[in-house]
Amino acid sequence: MADVEHEEHQHPGVGQYVEIGIILAVMTAIEVVIFETFDAGLPLAIGIPALIVLTVLKFLLVVMWFMHLRFDHKMFRRFFYIGVFLALLVYGIVAANWFLGENVAFCCT
Amino acid sequence: MATQTSDYSAPIPGSAETQHATSLGLANDKLAIWGLIGSECLFFGALISTYLMYVTRVGEGPTPADIFDIPFTSASTFILLMSSLGMVLALAAIQAGEMRKFRAWTLATALMGSTFLAGQIYEFTVFVAEGFTLQTSPFSSSFFVLTGFHGFHVAFGIMMLLALWVASMMGRLPQQLHTTVENVGLYWHFVDIVWIVIFTAIYLIPAATSVTTH
Repeated sequence: MADVEHEEHQHPGVGQYVEIGIILAVMTAIEVVIFETFDAGLPLAIGIPALIVLTVLKFLLVVMWFMHLRFDHKMFRRFFYIGVFLALLVYGIVAANWFLGENVAFCCT
Repeated sequence: MATQTSDYSAPIPGSAETQHATSLGLANDKLAIWGLIGSECLFFGALISTYLMYVTRVGEGPTPADIFDIPFTSASTFILLMSSLGMVLALAAIQAGEMRKFRAWTLATALMGSTFLAGQIYEFTVFVAEGFTLQTSPFSSSFFVLTGFHGFHVAFGIMMLLALWVASMMGRLPQQLHTTVENVGLYWHFVDIVWIVIFTAIYLIPAATSVTTH
């Protein structure tokens, strides 16, 4: 119980929360600007990786700071990482199917 | 008199003092919410993967570039992100014992969530009016199932936020129960991070690639 109470005292303060909120808003604005720039000729090879990087950064900011995963017990991190890993695994299987061709079967039928 | 003093100093049910010691030394309710979030990651991962598999199968229906209103969805995304900020400010307020601020931020978070949900309902209504329905194509089916399930999660989160607000107004949510607020907040932030992924993977990238390939 003492561990739980100790962890809860390590959460960020109001000022840090507001800073993170502003950063998230700015990153979302940058995403929209990148999207609008595609019409002006921004290559997909540059724009799409930039969008993915911004998304990952936003995801991590919310998870680490707003959800306190950076400050909480490692067991919570494990629960979350297992879920994310399995989600990425599902996506990897789908992506592999897409790259290898749509007729690739996952079972023996 | 002695009995009354004893009653006032009794630990509040559900507060940290009344929780049983666990073998992990962690609060059971918080561990449960992280377990739920882990399993929900897989659930939404499967739905997003399905969408990405079917996004090019538009049949006779519209493509993502034809149907999505990116400025409108960007505004909705901004509102949902700011609701996450409202949620952490509500948590900070109850941890500091500032109950009026807590109620204000909780209500603001619920209102921002409701605005997002209203925007999604409006978007669906426009899509259906334009002939883009659940049955139009594999792309439309996977889009409505994914964003619809996310909408249900947002609606459930709003109900939990309003329940917290009502409980606080009735005096049934003292400062000692801040872990309950934190658990609701974890769920709310999860709904937010799912939308962060959806906004890019479901709206921006498919709309951009179908614009360029036209």
